[in-house]
Amino acid sequence: MRKYSVFAVAREALRGHTGWEPQWASPEPRKEYDVIIIGAGGHGLGTAYYLAKEHGITNIAVLEKGWLGGGNTGRNTTIIRSNYLYDESAALYNHALKLWDGLSQELNYNVMFSPRGVMMLAHNIHDMQGFKRTIHANRLNGVDNEWLTPEQAKEYCPPLDISRSARYPIVGAALQRKGGTARHDAVAWGYARGASDRGVHIIQNCEVTGIRRNPDGSVAGVETTRGPINAKKVGVVAAGHTSVVMQMADIRMPLLSFPLQAMVSEPVKPIFPCVVMSNTVHAYISQSDKGELVIGAGTDQYQSYSQTGGLHIITHTLDAICELFPMFTRMKMMRSWGGIVDVTPDRSPILAKTPVKGLYVNCGWGTGGFKATPGSAHVFAHTIARDEPHPINAPFTMERFRTGRLIDEAAAAAVAH
Amino acid sequence: MLLIHCPYCEEERPELEFRGAGDAHILRPTNIADISDEEFEAFFFLRDNVKGLVYERWRHIHGCGRFFNAARDTVSDKFVTTYKAGLPRPDLSPAPKATETTVETYEATEGVAG
Repeated sequence: MRKYSVFAVAREALRGHTGWEPQWASPEPRKEYDVIIIGAGGHGLGTAYYLAKEHGITNIAVLEKGWLGGGNTGRNTTIIRSNYLYDESAALYNHALKLWDGLSQELNYNVMFSPRGVMMLAHNIHDMQGFKRTIHANRLNGVDNEWLTPEQAKEYCPPLDISRSARYPIVGAALQRKGGTARHDAVAWGYARGASDRGVHIIQNCEVTGIRRNPDGSVAGVETTRGPINAKKVGVVAAGHTSVVMQMADIRMPLLSFPLQAMVSEPVKPIFPCVVMSNTVHAYISQSDKGELVIGAGTDQYQSYSQTGGLHIITHTLDAICELFPMFTRMKMMRSWGGIVDVTPDRSPILAKTPVKGLYVNCGWGTGGFKATPGSAHVFAHTIARDEPHPINAPFTMERFRTGRLIDEAAAAAVAH
Repeated sequence: MLLIHCPYCEEERPELEFRGAGDAHILRPTNIADISDEEFEAFFFLRDNVKGLVYERWRHIHGCGRFFNAARDTVSDKFVTTYKAGLPRPDLSPAPKATETTVETYEATEGVAG
């Protein structure tokens, strides 16, 4: 792999850009691999990358039924933060946040990580108490998060209306300065390039149709639309389709799949300096480097695999955005789309071994998996390589729904996230 | 937005009048204090999350207020039928399942225009 650098750009400028290589190879699948990862999104490609880089396992295939990064990796609103209430979540998401810092250098690929700050608005006394509790919990866990008065919030984010007459008055805000955004496609592409360079096979348009088992019940490989492939270890990183894939191994999951929508506006000049979220009125907004306002909406109330979602869901969010930021009322929305998110009962992910030997699962990220991509991939690679969880993902088992040891971020945030 | 036929009002009404209430035909064990942790997990947390035909509960909360059941395809979001609470799961096996490649044309759903 040729390194990307300013010299490479200069060299190619002189050669008419004829020397760039494909960023990853598209090989024919082998008959057998050491590890198969199902799903070539950010989490799956990252898992292959860390397996190759940190655990010396390079005989890996990443199987993708569509195209690389075409699922939720390419459909989210790119927000990165780690200010979760519970200790287990704070450790997991902050592990990811530390890896985000420096990921571009690590991958030699510009993922455009921009720690511009994530601000959560408090509109009432309940928000204020909840956020302050989270801030104190975060500080005890070494997670950056601080309380701002309305004036301080306005100074950090000038478009805010902090007048008392606002439809949703702002009584303060929680700010994670190290949070921000990254270029989601580049994360998938960067991990794909790094993994491919280390010998990982990325096989697109190859849908897994069955999981093969040995007589003792352990994993023998997978059936695909491009023929059977053997492997002793299979990692399922299939997001909204996890239940469908796990059904092939006769495992019922504590998951439901919902459409989650987002949209972007027409591009405009820089107007919005950070990420602003309001859980109470359910709106979140940031501005991409291209200039579009990136706005996230909620999930539909019914389970679905349709990747669309109802129009009233996004208009509800736009109502809230227009009330919070009246200056955006005349912006045109250019595109909206849906992704299928897999939601657990406690809104925390599952990163674990399964009852089937050799089968591992990374799922349940619900409506907020992008921010965790590097951390999730890093500890999941450890889980597969060592056949035991990393201390960080040890609490995120499937069995917690039997023992009752939930990590109840649903109750902590009172909103899907 | 979905249009949902309420089997009690016998009217097709917009989704905003309804509240989805999850999988139908899940029976709460009558001996809930005696069942094992595995049985409770299966009853309370585990779901089939089917890609295809699901049977689910809905409540016409801003209408008659009553619960009823529906059979819906989770790929096309199309309601196959709705039926009153307490009725058994209708047998819909012969109904063709929509897939991601199903293209809905006017002719296919409405017949050739006269």
